[in-house]
Amino acid sequence: MSKARSAPVRAAFIHLALIAYTLVALFPVFLTLVNSFKSRSAIFSQPMALPTPSTFSLIGYQTVLQQGDFVGYFQNSLIVTVASIALVLLFGAMAAFALSEYRFRGNTLMGLYLALGIMIPIRLGTVAILQGMVAAGLVNTLTSLILVYTAQGLPLAIFILSEFMRTVSDDLKSAGRIDGLSEYAIFFRLVLPLVRPAMATVAVFTMIPIWNDLWFPLILAPGESTKTVTLGAQMFIGQFVTNWNAVLSALSLAILPVMVLYVIFSRQLIRGITSGAVK
Amino acid sequence: MSDTEIADIETVPVKRPTRWHIAVFLAPAFLVYTAVMILPLIETLRLSLFNIVEGQLAFVGLSNFKVLFGDPRLSADFWNALRNNVIFFIIHMLVQNPVGIAIAAMLSLPGLRFAAFYRSAIFVPTLLSFVIVGFIWKLILSPIWGIAPSLMDLVGLKWAFAPWLGKAETALIAVSLISVWQYVGIPMMLIYAALLNIPDEVLEAAECDGITGWSQFWKIKLPLILPSIGIVSVLTFVGNFNAFDLVYTVQGALAGPNGSTDILGTLLYRTFFGFQNQMGDRSMGATIAAVMFLIILAGVALYLFVIQRRMRRYQF
Repeated sequence: MSKARSAPVRAAFIHLALIAYTLVALFPVFLTLVNSFKSRSAIFSQPMALPTPSTFSLIGYQTVLQQGDFVGYFQNSLIVTVASIALVLLFGAMAAFALSEYRFRGNTLMGLYLALGIMIPIRLGTVAILQGMVAAGLVNTLTSLILVYTAQGLPLAIFILSEFMRTVSDDLKSAGRIDGLSEYAIFFRLVLPLVRPAMATVAVFTMIPIWNDLWFPLILAPGESTKTVTLGAQMFIGQFVTNWNAVLSALSLAILPVMVLYVIFSRQLIRGITSGAVK
Repeated sequence: MSDTEIADIETVPVKRPTRWHIAVFLAPAFLVYTAVMILPLIETLRLSLFNIVEGQLAFVGLSNFKVLFGDPRLSADFWNALRNNVIFFIIHMLVQNPVGIAIAAMLSLPGLRFAAFYRSAIFVPTLLSFVIVGFIWKLILSPIWGIAPSLMDLVGLKWAFAPWLGKAETALIAVSLISVWQYVGIPMMLIYAALLNIPDEVLEAAECDGITGWSQFWKIKLPLILPSIGIVSVLTFVGNFNAFDLVYTVQGALAGPNGSTDILGTLLYRTFFGFQNQMGDRSMGATIAAVMFLIILAGVALYLFVIQRRMRRYQF
């Protein structure tokens, strides 16, 4: 077969396969969003149709906003996620700087020790974590979640950031030292601004598992005032299993923030993965 | 451990003042990581050797493990969960990773239009929380709503529909495939990155030798991305043997029907916290966590010391 004829055919097949899989990936999300805006009877009679003026209804969203304290859950998730990311980035960058900049005895050992957590999930220590949080009086506080997520995010953050910090030019740091900058000033004023792209990558990687986690909120902070969105949605669904309008609306509300963040950060995230940040 | 101990590590024989700033830089990360992650892990492993004897916590050696592996009531649950977890992992390796590699191979073809769109769209499920994913699929596969049967009717397969999640024989496969659907994005992205890193000269040389299309993928690209496939496999292993959320959201803590979707994570949750009329048991919970730890450690060690060492790496 001549090359000129086979290439478009092959491209068509590839597009067909990719479109098919894209539909598989997006269809469930589409289904949820569309049906959350429909009346109860329309959800069942024409599940795949777009809402029309006669089937449009916001009853589900009204139920969600009246019954569950979703604004509060959202606020909790936001506080936990933002605080954890801030701590992971600050502590992670400081440790990564120490490991990549200075030669000291135990450097490699410390690096390996801090990297252990990349492979060993923190969840396996839950029994003792809960015990420790009870002893410290931190059960049902957002602080307990922030501490756990900070510890969980640090290993990968230190690993990625120290790779990046090795690429910062030595001349720049030497110039800073000659000018009499302290080591702290070199870190905060010279190095940190230069690794900002890597910090953004780490922030996105850290954020997704924290926002979506169900295990630790369920165990450490199941109280009404400390519920995160993920746990709140799970509990809400459990209570309203048969109220499909409410369930679909709650799911849509839980999808929304993730999608907004993805649209904002997707380029950063994909660039981070494809530039080899996680290898 | 405290700051002074870290400072000890760095007192270099070369005569210079103790460089306190190194300790200051390392201390916060070291302290949080050690206090919240490493010490609890060690404490959990230690607790697995203790149990309550006559109302007192006492050292019992390996007897918790004996109970877990041999006691008629608990061991049946444990072996069931372990077997299900192995099947869960095998399905991921057989479906998730090949599909991810196939999509990545298609996306990385030069000059493919809309590649960025496909890539972003296929990654969407990976970002969603288990609560969302679990519940959406539960609704889709539910015979009450009828989305799945009516879609299958379109392609003439309505007869093949069954309430998969509700039947003990198919529930585990259905849950595994939902998890595959969610996580296909990760192998896709990592393999895609590896494929982009193959230098053009290598591919051009292959084309000059007449190796194109399929044979180029099998003979040139696949051997070059083997290290990435190794990383994807070990990530899948760790993730699968630590999984909990999806089974919990789809089938509940009991991992029904009839324990057919019970995996180690859900067993740990039930044993540790108790459910319905069973009391929570801290020692047995710690024992299950210790077994999970050893399984994951064995898998990671096998990868680091055997597979990764033998794998040929190509330097460009």
